[in-house]
Amino acid sequence: MLTRRQFLHTTAAASISFALPALSARAADRRGAERQKSLIVVWLAGGPSQLETWDPHPGTAIGGETKAIDTRLAGVQIGEDYPAVAEVMDRFSVVRSLTSKEGDHERGTYYLLTGYRPDPSVTHPSLGAIVTRELPSKSLEIPAHVALGSAAPFSQPRGGYFGPQFDAYKISDPGRGLSNATARKGEDRQRRRLAGLEVMNRSFAAGRSEQAKRTRHEQTTQEALQMMTSEQLAAFDIESEPAEVKAAYGDSNFGRGCLVARRLVETGVRTIQVVLDGFDSHVDNFGIHRSRANDLDPALAALVTELETRDLLASTAVLVIGEFGRTPRVNPLGGRDHWPTGFSCLLAGGGLRSGVVIGETDPTGEALEPSDPIGIEQIYATLLTTLGVDPAFEEYTPIGRPLRLADADPIDRLLA
Amino acid sequence: MLRRLRTAAGHVAKNALPAIAAAAVLLIVMAAARTTPQQRTAAALPVSHQPATLELNGLLADRWADDGLPAPEAADDLTVLRRLSLALHGTVPSLEEIREFEADDAPNRLRRWTRRMIEDPRYGRYFAERLARPLVGVEPAPFVVFRRDRLTAWMAERIGQDQPWDQTVRHLIADEGIWTDTPAVNFITKQVANDDLDVDALTARTVRAFLGQRIDCAQCHDHPFDKWKQGEFEGLAAFYGQTGLSIGGVTDNPEAVYTVQDRETLEDRVVDPSVPFGEDWLTDRDRRRLALADWITAEQNARFDRAIANRVWTLMMGRPFVSTRPVDDLPDPADPVDRLFDEPDEWAGLDFLADDFRASGRRISRLVEVIAASDAFRASSRSELYGSDLAAAEESWAVRPLARLRPEQVIGSMIQASSVRTVDPDSHLFVRILRLVRENDFVKDFGDPGESELDVRPGTLPQALLRMNGKLVKELSDASPMTASGRLQIVQRDSDKLVETAFLSCLTRRPTDAERTFFVGEFENRVDDPANRSREQIVEDLYWTLFNSPEFSWVR
Repeated sequence: MLTRRQFLHTTAAASISFALPALSARAADRRGAERQKSLIVVWLAGGPSQLETWDPHPGTAIGGETKAIDTRLAGVQIGEDYPAVAEVMDRFSVVRSLTSKEGDHERGTYYLLTGYRPDPSVTHPSLGAIVTRELPSKSLEIPAHVALGSAAPFSQPRGGYFGPQFDAYKISDPGRGLSNATARKGEDRQRRRLAGLEVMNRSFAAGRSEQAKRTRHEQTTQEALQMMTSEQLAAFDIESEPAEVKAAYGDSNFGRGCLVARRLVETGVRTIQVVLDGFDSHVDNFGIHRSRANDLDPALAALVTELETRDLLASTAVLVIGEFGRTPRVNPLGGRDHWPTGFSCLLAGGGLRSGVVIGETDPTGEALEPSDPIGIEQIYATLLTTLGVDPAFEEYTPIGRPLRLADADPIDRLLA
Repeated sequence: MLRRLRTAAGHVAKNALPAIAAAAVLLIVMAAARTTPQQRTAAALPVSHQPATLELNGLLADRWADDGLPAPEAADDLTVLRRLSLALHGTVPSLEEIREFEADDAPNRLRRWTRRMIEDPRYGRYFAERLARPLVGVEPAPFVVFRRDRLTAWMAERIGQDQPWDQTVRHLIADEGIWTDTPAVNFITKQVANDDLDVDALTARTVRAFLGQRIDCAQCHDHPFDKWKQGEFEGLAAFYGQTGLSIGGVTDNPEAVYTVQDRETLEDRVVDPSVPFGEDWLTDRDRRRLALADWITAEQNARFDRAIANRVWTLMMGRPFVSTRPVDDLPDPADPVDRLFDEPDEWAGLDFLADDFRASGRRISRLVEVIAASDAFRASSRSELYGSDLAAAEESWAVRPLARLRPEQVIGSMIQASSVRTVDPDSHLFVRILRLVRENDFVKDFGDPGESELDVRPGTLPQALLRMNGKLVKELSDASPMTASGRLQIVQRDSDKLVETAFLSCLTRRPTDAERTFFVGEFENRVDDPANRSREQIVEDLYWTLFNSPEFSWVR
């Protein structure tokens, strides 16, 4: 067998003038815009209030007690509970005019995760599954689609009609490694067990090799074993991170999730969802949002800052969003209810333009529709485009109906 | 004792659950180890389904001949027993049952054992769980779970007693009352959110579950491919338009007017009940839901019988009768497409099953018995065919397609395989196992496919990790006084017999020569064993390997 050096010598001697591919540089080790693209979705489960986050209207009838602060993005104010995000706001673009027709948590989540409204005849893949499937990650030994943190089961991004192999790999308690990833017995015994399994695989496949292959049983077992012994598994464990880095993200499940997300991106994981639950503030809206901000503000700011200092932001798109917003009117219990029109999201990185502000909501709360309304399909078409996937590509679904990956055109203003 | 155990389990921290659940299950298994299996007479079969089976086989054979496919090879009896046990009881057969089955040398062994399994309380419980899914879903919300449990227990009783399916459906559609007293109304209460009955969702579910058709799209617009129109959907929905919740539970108010908001004009308009076909079957009743129940279960409504025949077929075979169509999206019975091109009618077998079901009193057990005895059910999953030929043979049932076990079947089978005796003391305990299973982290990690459970799906990576390294698998494969691996290595000193016993309890078959050589060799080569394992550890590793083998997770 030739070593690389021998090969270089040989080719040099033969004066063959082609550039040898960089064997040592794994795709994930590259930096800057040359790097393979990743996507992080920060999912704010329960429906975050636009008025307490990225679209405050202080001093108006609908503004409630939330004050606004200036940010690094000239002319853009956000809720006062987000001082750290305000410091990095110039890395973001903000959309304040998202509209949806789904005011129920489960249906709204389905729509916001997939870009399609619930349809009983077909289950659509989530954005994460689309990206993971369309952009395979070759040298990856851990799942390419990961969900970190815990909320209602329906907020887990699924593979839909692409199949469960594109479901996000779910980790409820991120930062402490991966559960069930360690063999229960020592190496010698594990080897005997696997030797026995080989025998069993062969007898199962005898006379039905094709059927056996379709089960993916052997393949998932192999993937699992590879993962169990992979150094990349370390990406799930934040133990080795310096104390000040951990502190910057904040000592919360969500903070740890964001730190793990950064580590996963560095390892080459394609799509990561980090969940922060608890925004469903029908009662005590302001107290609830303050407590959510305690987790969200430091973690989100640290995530974007670290992605940037490690030169990963140009290749990593970040979307901050939930299933809907909350009513302009404050109800008698000091809460805000579900509001699927005129809610907000943040976008950053991945080659998207920063500093763009789209849409406005009515500070009086009278107008139901925001100006310049944007559907999630448009956001997803934009993200797919910047990640290098054609949103107009039509997939044939199991029911024989062709469906676009995202059912809208991208928003040009956001594309660099 | 059992109640206390469950309550105790309910109060501990979540991550402690699997261990306790497993321990509780084992205790149940131990405590309830049956005295003697109920003796059943070997001879009498209550109703002979043989002519029907022969006719179904004839239709299947016609199709194979038309497609140029060879008639399938029959799987061996133990394989068929395993399929039956998984389909009807949700677990692999116990070692005890296997021994008894093998000792039974009277004629018609499989047919008699099918009947015996149907008469076992596990059948009603397990089959009701499966049949209730399309009626009430699988959401984990606490109150929904209560209602679903009430409904499922009621269905289990009816299925155990073999009550006619049309009568069960009539209760589900038309019963009035409180959810605790009248369990059938939970089909309706399931669709109540914020004190409002979601009439559209209930209508869509009714048509899917009982007529095997999807008219959901017609809720908002005309169906793009089929002929369902929005007006037809609204007319059907109007049958539920007088139904609401009151102090008396689910009740009908004959004075109520059903209105629909027009999506264009945003004005309310009154919609009267109407049916999209079969106007003649409509009856004049004092409550609209009774009329709907009459119409859906009418003798002439071929869709009704086809829908349940297809569902039972799917539960037993792992795929719908025509696997290119979802289980609840069948074409119209009179759809002439196939006939036009003079193609063999792929629906003929299903139509026959449906007609036979109706003619014999609409009892679920009839479908189970005819299907279980058919050449399709007993066909081998092995084949020399490849590629599209193989796919075609699987589609027409000349080769038995592999089907993935559901999470509760995996757990039930592991528990059964590690306990030697039969886990079926009485139905309540069995249901408790199902419930433990549901609350167990295993199912959470394994992933419950929910209502789309009947889609053909491959295995997943989290499942592989869970199977190899999960706590439950460790507890059930590690040698202890409670597990088969622990007991076997004490009572069975003959390595050859020990390996055979483990294979029978886990995989319902004896080892092949290659397997025997390998696994018996593991005991004999102990001196050279680099792992330096004790006999006990070798048995543990054997059980682990069998639990992780592909055929443990797939019905073959």
